[in-house]
Amino acid sequence: MKHQIFRFLTVLVVASLVLAACAAPAAVDTSEIEAQVAELQSQLEAASDNEAMAELEAQIADLQAQLDAAGEEAAEEEPAAEGQVELQYWLWDNLQVPAYQACADAFTEQNPNITITITQQGWSAYWDALTTGFVAGTAPDVFTDHLAKYPEFLDKGLLLDIEPYVVADSVDTSIYLVDPELWVKDGSRYGLPKDWDTIAIFYNMDMLEAAGVDPAELNDLTWNPQDGGTFQEMVARLTLDANGNNGLSPDFDKNNVVQWGFVSGPGDAGSGGQQQWSSFAASTGFTLTDGPWSTQYHYDDPRIAETLQWWADLHNVYNFAPGSDTLAGTDNVGIFQAGAAAMTTEGSWQITNLMGNSTFPVGVALLPTGPEGRKSSINGLSDGIWVGTEHPDEAWEWVKYLASPECANTVGEFGVVFPAQQPAVDKALAAHQAAGRDISAFTIEAAAAGGTYLLPMTEHGSDIAALVQPVLQDIYDGKVQAADVLPDLNEQINALFE
Amino acid sequence: MQNISQPAPNRTRWLTQETLVAWLFIIPSLLGVTVFVLVPTLRGFYLSFTDSDLINQASFIGLANYQRLIDDPQFWKSLAITSTYVLVNIPFQTVLALTLAMAMWRLTRSIVVRAIIFMPYLIPMLMVMLIWMTILHYDFGPVNGLLKLIGGPNARISFMGQELIIPTIAMINTWRYVGYTALLFFAGLQTIPLELYEAAEIDGASEWRIFRTITLPLLRPVTVFVLITSLVGSFQVYDSVAVATVPSGGPGDATRVIFWYIVNQAFVRFNMGYAAALAVALFIISMAIAWINMSYFRAGSSDLG
Repeated sequence: MKHQIFRFLTVLVVASLVLAACAAPAAVDTSEIEAQVAELQSQLEAASDNEAMAELEAQIADLQAQLDAAGEEAAEEEPAAEGQVELQYWLWDNLQVPAYQACADAFTEQNPNITITITQQGWSAYWDALTTGFVAGTAPDVFTDHLAKYPEFLDKGLLLDIEPYVVADSVDTSIYLVDPELWVKDGSRYGLPKDWDTIAIFYNMDMLEAAGVDPAELNDLTWNPQDGGTFQEMVARLTLDANGNNGLSPDFDKNNVVQWGFVSGPGDAGSGGQQQWSSFAASTGFTLTDGPWSTQYHYDDPRIAETLQWWADLHNVYNFAPGSDTLAGTDNVGIFQAGAAAMTTEGSWQITNLMGNSTFPVGVALLPTGPEGRKSSINGLSDGIWVGTEHPDEAWEWVKYLASPECANTVGEFGVVFPAQQPAVDKALAAHQAAGRDISAFTIEAAAAGGTYLLPMTEHGSDIAALVQPVLQDIYDGKVQAADVLPDLNEQINALFE
Repeated sequence: MQNISQPAPNRTRWLTQETLVAWLFIIPSLLGVTVFVLVPTLRGFYLSFTDSDLINQASFIGLANYQRLIDDPQFWKSLAITSTYVLVNIPFQTVLALTLAMAMWRLTRSIVVRAIIFMPYLIPMLMVMLIWMTILHYDFGPVNGLLKLIGGPNARISFMGQELIIPTIAMINTWRYVGYTALLFFAGLQTIPLELYEAAEIDGASEWRIFRTITLPLLRPVTVFVLITSLVGSFQVYDSVAVATVPSGGPGDATRVIFWYIVNQAFVRFNMGYAAALAVALFIISMAIAWINMSYFRAGSSDLG
């Protein structure tokens, strides 16, 4: 036994020697040479005969030459390490990559010492990779941040406070359309508004025409959680069974639907059903939280229970919308673009994809008006700097450029999103107009007084999402009644804040 | 046992030329195991007693993570989901693999057949899942298309619904790993002396009787190896689940297997300490499975000798 331990220790010693050998410094140790020079010089002073002095002088000159060479080497290495900086920049929307690549190119032209490497990943993978990167120390220097996600990052101290930079460079924060104070907490600032989005109805023009529906009708629909109002009638009208009967016909066979009037899904718990049920719930006057940094959720409110029940019944009772079986492996956008549904609610970030990449003409209409009016979520993004970046100054330069009128205008010209500055929005609108797209529904909703609300922006975001997602799924799959499960869910959520 | 009368080797001289060569061979893997397995494992144990998030300073919190684990309904639910997966995956995979191996051994020695059986194992997991999900889709997949043709729209099966998604993924993984497992059994079959079969045939034993009294008992060491590795691997199912579900773990919480929960706690919710405690629990379960298998099947001994 003793021997085995001894052997094991020997192996460890050998291993550490191997590792130490690998890590031995390759550079010349100048301090040692300097010490030798000093030693020789003292000998030189003490020396008496000329021959010895000459030899010592030669030795010193030789060492001095070595020192100079080492110094030159070090000087050569320095500018490469210090001058050229490569910043990692992450975003999740593949449609926005060309726009931000254009910004990055222009930025590098103005700052030749900084290059930007853009990485794009899908929404779900993006947040997984980002949080893993934070933990592993491999997160990007700069990344696109979301209002619903950033409280948690802040809680863990992952974001760099840019307020000192904003003050030092006197950045004008009054140019933004989105409230820049949303990114401020306790006097520290964690981002500058980048863009904004609202939600509207996208519809398949061919299906509307086949059903004899005038697209203008869609802008005047009403909705309530009891019978779904004229919105549900419209959805029924646009739903077809295999025999060609629509959802309003008495012969309608709900077990054999070939075209749904509407498609969405259970909803994304992480963003509070942003482009799914949140605008319907909000149109009843409901709010999920008491505003930014709220410590109270209201999933126990009867209005959200009614809304989610109606939402699920649209599939389970009427089959006017596809269920989870159909949505498995895809999403509402996939089903809509496959030509299997006539309408869907989506965010303005989907304009280019849905209107440009569908095999049929697509139009945009206003959301239905609920009991308390028409409501759309308005959400904003920013660019955050990871606290672990090795180049905070350069990262700030890039963030400042991203939030500048110059980059906003570039992004606006691509017409993919609405930048957070009015001149750039005008550019985006012009780009859409030039492409023959009427997308005014998004800007009308954004401008309507009292017509917008913010998504939940609280701590414990990922804990809450993990609790809420299964409940949303069970409600949507018809396994439970919303009113039975939501009060208990809400207690669990609010317990997280205690 | 014969060399008991020989003088005992000089045990103090461990660094002979022979052992030195042996150490030289061992050191590279020992280094790898130490750096990539031993140290992380010990660190994992340590983390499970802390409130670490791997970002901020962690503090020692004793057994609090384990207390939390016992009271955590999601842990038990994840354990149940994982067990369902294992109970579908392992029996099908093992029985099918053994059948395939027997067929390969008794019927054909064709290398082409072996290659075909092994093929699914060579396809990347991502592609396997995407292809099967397309085949099994409720509205657009050919399987449900056929069912609809025969029995109408209500005859369709929701393979990826909350109820069936775990068995579905378990069967897809069975399809993927059965060839690999069959090859392991096949290799084991080749170690059984043919004389035994010849003797049995002369005695007029039936094929089933030969299988039961010769093949199965003599295959035992291989069976134990296959069972332990596939059971432990099965309890760690994650990649196929992550690929098949958006958001991963869905629909709802139907595929929140134990490994999903560990990853979610560690890297999404920043609870590295608690995730480490979950991982230790999974480690203990795996050890218990291995131990039960080893002792039940007397894995250390063979009936051949």
